[in-house]
Amino acid sequence: MDITVNILLTIATAATPLLIAAIGELVVERSGVLNLGVEGMMIMGAVGGFGAGYLTGSPWIGLLAAIIVGALFSLLFAVMTLSLATNQVATGLSLTLLGLGLSGMIGTSFVGQPGVRLPNLSIPGLSSIPVVGRLIFGQDPLFYISIALTAAVMWFLFKTRTGLTLRSIGDSHSSAHALGIKVIRYRYLAVIFGGACAGLAGGHLSLVYTPQWVENMSAGRGWIALALVVFASWRPWRVLAGAYIFGAVWIGQLHAQAFGIPVPSQFLSSLPYLATIVVLVLISRNKRLTMMNTPASLGQPFVPDR
Amino acid sequence: MMRLELVKRPQRSALFSVLSPFIAFALTMIAGAVLFALLGVNPLEAFNIYFIQPVSEVWQLHELAIKAAPLILIAVGLSVCYRANIWNIGAEGQFILGGIFGSIIPVLFPQFEGPLVLPLMLLLGMVGGALYAAIPALLKTRFSTNEILTSLMLVYVAQLFLDWLVRGPWRDPQGHGFPQTIQFGDSAVLPELMPDAGRANWGFVFALVAAVAIWLMMSRMLKGFEVRVMGSSPRAGRFAGFGFSKMVFFTFLLSGALAGLAGISEVSGAIGQLQPVISPGYGFTAIIVAFLGRLNPLGIVAAGLVLALTYLGGEAVQSALGISDKVARVFQGMLLFFVLGCDTLIHYRIRLIGLAAPKLEAAPKLEEAR
Repeated sequence: MDITVNILLTIATAATPLLIAAIGELVVERSGVLNLGVEGMMIMGAVGGFGAGYLTGSPWIGLLAAIIVGALFSLLFAVMTLSLATNQVATGLSLTLLGLGLSGMIGTSFVGQPGVRLPNLSIPGLSSIPVVGRLIFGQDPLFYISIALTAAVMWFLFKTRTGLTLRSIGDSHSSAHALGIKVIRYRYLAVIFGGACAGLAGGHLSLVYTPQWVENMSAGRGWIALALVVFASWRPWRVLAGAYIFGAVWIGQLHAQAFGIPVPSQFLSSLPYLATIVVLVLISRNKRLTMMNTPASLGQPFVPDR
Repeated sequence: MMRLELVKRPQRSALFSVLSPFIAFALTMIAGAVLFALLGVNPLEAFNIYFIQPVSEVWQLHELAIKAAPLILIAVGLSVCYRANIWNIGAEGQFILGGIFGSIIPVLFPQFEGPLVLPLMLLLGMVGGALYAAIPALLKTRFSTNEILTSLMLVYVAQLFLDWLVRGPWRDPQGHGFPQTIQFGDSAVLPELMPDAGRANWGFVFALVAAVAIWLMMSRMLKGFEVRVMGSSPRAGRFAGFGFSKMVFFTFLLSGALAGLAGISEVSGAIGQLQPVISPGYGFTAIIVAFLGRLNPLGIVAAGLVLALTYLGGEAVQSALGISDKVARVFQGMLLFFVLGCDTLIHYRIRLIGLAAPKLEAAPKLEEAR
């Protein structure tokens, strides 16, 4: 029983950063912007979070720093693609490349240093209830934040007027513009929200998942988050489901390696990436579903005419 | 409070299309100077070590050519993809598979020697890269799966596969347990161009030939026209009878084959055996090279040399100043950023507008209308 609980807990820990980053990107893409820089913003969040936590000794300050660093880094993308109307694919890629380089440089002095870890929630009495106690009341704070974030984004996108406006911009920026909606302003806010989420996800990696700094520690999670958004066909609750499936694959292959299954570890390690491809194929086979949900102006640059 | 406003130019500016890479380079230099100053190094001294010293002697120019060759080879292939608005960003994986396929002969059949070995290896390398690139192309055409994500995921898979090969079945039994294959025999090593002067090998020649060939194709042949039409207006392309699926396969196989050729050239020329890591991110840096070279094969040759210099400079500042060689990655990333930003100037004029300023725009608008 304890083993099952432990496995479930580790799956949640592996799924949380994917969920947070993907939910952020979902909002960005719903506004019609494709930010391929998730991996870069995530790794910047990770190094910023670790650094601030390490220097101040407070994981909470680290977490705050991760969010701020992610948001600032995404601002770079926003200025380029929204104010200068650059190609979103290329700009997103350069954000990732720059993030990987910059984080490696900043993090040189952090390698091998002991980090600080966000403490798990612990409520006297409740957290020690067998089985469900630790699952519901004993996880790291970001687990709860990630679930709350998903619910909040669902409510925002589908139950509020602003959310509706955001979605309409994603579907047709010219119509939205013609109606007098400040397309660029909405998109700026969406991109910065996505950056803050990616930064927070990175902070989870270096403050909860493995509280230390390792170069390239995001290991493609930013890209998997991007794939999750497609997999979820831009629906928040499906992002949640997808993140947990991927968390399970990630943890499953780690456990398989630990149990000494006679398959080379490299093959097991490549499972999450292969699973991403398989899942993308399965979901995009259904053309109608994808066509129906893809924000129609996704990735198109928009220059308001006067 | 100021605000940027873009004003569309009536036609693309020829001036800025030439100037933009240079402006971008200048801006990167300024940002780089700030970066070095923040790191507590005199920027002038750092620039000297980073950009001048690594190319001040003949043997160093050979090192530059070694680094530039894979970048140019990969980037000219990618430029065709990007021109067609098809996004292969998994060249790093295709590079690795090219290296692996090409190494089949020297690793598994080391007794096979002679003048045929090298051409076969190069051919196999291209086949390997092309086959690996065919996966995202197939998934895109059959299931309309996003090629950006699939080609990228395959990079991680390729890296792990290579890691398994050199630690497992292909490991040199006499290698004292090091994760590497046997050293390639003499007939499997790409010859150096001028062995007396430096290490540069035939890979650089391949890169130049590929650049010229692709330039001819893009500017003088129907295929190139097709690529450009598909990229700028897929609808017009469909009316002209150009097949989209064919175009996806063509661009992916071409760029995959060139990345594969770069991979086996690197393994057989610069390294001489397979190791767990055979590329310092060439496949990704080549994306920057492609854009810095304005997606033009001849521009890419120049851009490849510049980006190769950032690698050498990164190594130089690491050994001379103790700065992480990741600084090279930062320079590369900044350069791409500035290039993309400056490209805006080709199509738009940028105006700074004070938010409080009154809008007197009727007159110029009338003029534009005429």
